[in-house]
Amino acid sequence: MIEASAPKRRFEMTRRKMILGGTLVGGAMVVGYTATHPMQVAGAIFQGGGPDPEPSAFGSFIRIAPDGWVTIVNKQQELGQGVHAGMAAMIAEELDADWDRVRVIDAHANFRAYGMQGPAGSNSIATNWDPMRNAGAAARAMFVAAAALRWGVPRKLIDVHNGVVSHPASKRSATFAELLADAARQTPPQQPALKQPKDYRLIGTDRVRRKDSLPKSTGAQIYAQDIQLPDMLVAMVAHSPRFGGRMAKFDPSDARKVKGVVDVFAIETGVAVVAESTFAARQGRDALRVEWDDSVAETRSTPELVRYYHETAARRTDLEPSDFHSKGKDAEVAFGPDAIEFAFDFPYLAHAPMETLDCVAQVSGWDVKIISGSHLATVDQVQAARAAATIPGRVDVEIVPAGGSFGRRGNLAADYLVECVRIAKRASGRPVKLIWTREDEMSSGLFRPMAHHRIWVELAPNGFPSRWRHHVVAQPLLPVGPNAQAVEGIAESPYLTAAEVIDGKIFSPNFPVPVAFWRSVGHSFNGMVMEHVVDQLARRVGRDPAAYRRAIYQRAGATRHLAVLDELCGKAAWGQPLEPGWAQGIAVHECFGTVVGQVAEVRLQDGRPVVRRVVAVVDCGIAVSPDQIAAQMESGIGFGLSAALYGAVTLRDGIVQETNFDTYPVVRMNEMPAIETYIIPSTNRPSGMGEPGVPPIAPAIANALLALTGSPTRSLPFLHGGAANAGFSNAGSANTSRI
Amino acid sequence: MRWRRSSGQSQRRRFGCLPILALVVVAIVLALAILLRPQPLPQAQSLPANHLRTEVVQLRPVAAFASIANPQARSIALFEEAGRVIQHPRCMNCHPRTDRPTQTDAMRPHMPWVTRGTDDAGAQTLRCATCHHDANFAASGVPGNPKWRLAPIEMAWQGKTLGQICRQILDPPRAHMNREQLLHHMTEDELVGWAWHPGGQRTPAPGTQAEFGALIKAWLDTGGKCPA
Amino acid sequence: MRFSLSINGRIHHVDEDGQTPLLWVLRDTLKLTGTKYGCGVAQCGACTVHVDGQPMRSCSLALEAVSSAQIVTIEAVDGAETKAIQDAWVARDVPQCGFCQSGQVMSAVALLRAIPAPTDDDIDIAMSGNICRCATYNRIRAAIHDAAGRLGSGQS
Repeated sequence: MIEASAPKRRFEMTRRKMILGGTLVGGAMVVGYTATHPMQVAGAIFQGGGPDPEPSAFGSFIRIAPDGWVTIVNKQQELGQGVHAGMAAMIAEELDADWDRVRVIDAHANFRAYGMQGPAGSNSIATNWDPMRNAGAAARAMFVAAAALRWGVPRKLIDVHNGVVSHPASKRSATFAELLADAARQTPPQQPALKQPKDYRLIGTDRVRRKDSLPKSTGAQIYAQDIQLPDMLVAMVAHSPRFGGRMAKFDPSDARKVKGVVDVFAIETGVAVVAESTFAARQGRDALRVEWDDSVAETRSTPELVRYYHETAARRTDLEPSDFHSKGKDAEVAFGPDAIEFAFDFPYLAHAPMETLDCVAQVSGWDVKIISGSHLATVDQVQAARAAATIPGRVDVEIVPAGGSFGRRGNLAADYLVECVRIAKRASGRPVKLIWTREDEMSSGLFRPMAHHRIWVELAPNGFPSRWRHHVVAQPLLPVGPNAQAVEGIAESPYLTAAEVIDGKIFSPNFPVPVAFWRSVGHSFNGMVMEHVVDQLARRVGRDPAAYRRAIYQRAGATRHLAVLDELCGKAAWGQPLEPGWAQGIAVHECFGTVVGQVAEVRLQDGRPVVRRVVAVVDCGIAVSPDQIAAQMESGIGFGLSAALYGAVTLRDGIVQETNFDTYPVVRMNEMPAIETYIIPSTNRPSGMGEPGVPPIAPAIANALLALTGSPTRSLPFLHGGAANAGFSNAGSANTSRI
Repeated sequence: MRWRRSSGQSQRRRFGCLPILALVVVAIVLALAILLRPQPLPQAQSLPANHLRTEVVQLRPVAAFASIANPQARSIALFEEAGRVIQHPRCMNCHPRTDRPTQTDAMRPHMPWVTRGTDDAGAQTLRCATCHHDANFAASGVPGNPKWRLAPIEMAWQGKTLGQICRQILDPPRAHMNREQLLHHMTEDELVGWAWHPGGQRTPAPGTQAEFGALIKAWLDTGGKCPA
Repeated sequence: MRFSLSINGRIHHVDEDGQTPLLWVLRDTLKLTGTKYGCGVAQCGACTVHVDGQPMRSCSLALEAVSSAQIVTIEAVDGAETKAIQDAWVARDVPQCGFCQSGQVMSAVALLRAIPAPTDDDIDIAMSGNICRCATYNRIRAAIHDAAGRLGSGQS
């Protein structure tokens, strides 16, 4: 029996401290955002303001210049998902602006002006659907009112199209530019009329295109890594090689001898080296001598952690579970001998965005200036204020596009940003750019959690699940509250709807290895579990996997799943035989309100799965930008494929073994399958698209391998060529075994 | 309208709620201040220099084989000792049997995905020199040598026994060299010599190039016999 | 040590250690920040520049090794291939986060200069040294074909 050793408790406190600030604030923020006016005021005080946006008669999000160009202020961070164009399109549609004369700029963090700022759970389009359309429609109404006054005609006979206001009956028209002064004097309506989806001219068309493709193709786009300011210093930090380790002693003498090194000092997270250039900082850090105190650190290796998870799921450790879903009065009763048992293991995963973690901070007295690819800008603002011992209102967070995040930059502790502020506090007012190397980023934790799933299913005589027991072991993503993220996608699965007995339990171990959000969060493994289990059940009762799913969706009333499945089977020619050696695998999974189905065409080559084509179907409600939905589907599949084939962060004696792209491989050009994306037409409110493309690809591949070989997949990744002690699969060989 | 909510007028209207909220805020701030109070940090001090532990793996010298009376057995034993270099990952990685080199002591496929091209120095559009230059480069950890390239496919060693490799290097059509050139290649060639100075954290080949060369010379001098 | 570098057609004098990677000379000393740091170990290709016309990873190039070379970065790469590639990139909305795209464009331009009408296999070989975590690979592939087609038909 394996037990968490006693000193760990001390670390839990530390970890809690680290994150609690952010969580309290995050909670207050969410409440402040969704609640009624007084709470919103409280939120505004608590969140602070930061610099106010440029005043505009058309509100915080819309500015119109005398030349008629419309500038839309994007409050959400652009981290690749194309949200800047989506947000702008929602406004431009209701404003009836000329899309070719719309530009988008990024907001600074300001809760008062913009509300909560932070893409999370693929929320940007979904939660801003009403506010953005309202803002656009109100501004449009102001132009209509101005024109009606000027021409003396009723408002309802006035039309707006492509930035031109017209009165067709009298053939009069005026551009936004010509009406600007009058329109700005109008009172915006409290509840402007919104268009019906059938009247959309921009939303849902391929005219909604990115506004940043040119600067991003010419090297002109500025990211936090690229910020150059007068007198700026560059900092790197030596972190503990083990999670929970503390810096005990350090000797900066050699580091100080490196040309360009300005200062070396201890901070809460290690030893900071501050230099005139990035390479000098790096050389200074290499020359540091540091002794680490590992008394409360995680010193185990991945196989030991895997064993602990297995023992926990078998109730042989003292970790008590909590119910996440319970149905039927005999849920606790042992399942009969006919129960089919499944088990899955999933590794820690790093995010590895192309831009490593970096941030620019300048602390001058009470004032803090941050330039960052700030994922959760309003949280980052509070965390920066805390680190600088000032109030959020004195923190100006300038959001620049991030070179990817996939959740890494969106952690409530704002680890890298807080670190940068702490260093900047010691820099006598000079701006400091903190750079984490790729090795720093990959070994810094905040991983997608490791997880172990154990499932027992009993089938009714009709062949469908009647009793479903599902035990999950996974670290909690938040320090307080139920470990809900680890089980998202299980309880609401249509496969469980008709079951009479459900016993869902979650075991939440606490290790010093920090975990956090990773693109699609709990769905990243739960999609694999549910879809691979259901395929195996289908084969066990001799049904076609798609037909079996269809029958369950019909019984569960899962009409959106059903529509996606039917479209998918048609577009992928499901069931049509492929060339020898190739097989199709199917998966359908709902994630953050979006249903995605994928069929992958797979073969095994030298024991390695090769995916040549993926057909994807998505129902994400109204498609604001079809081209960007396709782009996110491609991106999600490529990201999920990297994780499915290769992704694993392993520990040896507590030290991360995968620290760069040589040991943490990702899919490259030669491994990328062809992808076709089809969007289900819908008039429902839009849901997210940044993440839902990720979960189905791993089970689609596993199900294809099941069809090819008859062997189920019990753990991911399919291949692991890294450390020999990975504990996830045999190095270099396909990771499947017979039942 | 939404953005009007933050205007001064509307805030004044809701002033009545503020004291209670301010209290809540103060309580939270106090709780945070206690939880997150700064802790003392270690001060700089003198520490011994970091020293890397390097394990030196020796080759047995030629003299150690003098006791083997049978010349053929001695020749084979000499080659088997030299084989510890030949079959070392530093050598084998660039003698692949496919168009793709391997990497690391685990000899996993080269990352990124590169191919030998027509001159064994990479494809026209992804040359070895895209990353590898005249010398090992400490900053990136990328190894280098002026002659950096793969051994020709006829010189593939991976997947072969030491005996097969032995017969192959003695076969001029496959080795592209006679015995004299072979000896020179093994003892003098600077790309071969890289195996003992691989840079970064790579394990060097056993012994030295001179010791290896002496083994090869003694092996050839004893008739160049091959293991089974 | 002082080095004279030819970068984007201009001679720059820099005073740095000869073992400094060209990447950091470009980014920190010369403020040419279009060339990105992504891995530092020549795995990702985000730092690709042209050295005497060949694409190379500037993170793995010592300053002292390029002091007599002609270096071109994303800021100044030009010519028909560059225009065709960048136009195709924009037309297809290739970039997502965009951070790798400087390197992708540099590799793609070099590809078209070497092989004016590349096949899918040619693209795999030339571009597999460039990682994109947003997985924009399919659009990159399509955009390279677009650009090659335009160059081939003389529309550039």
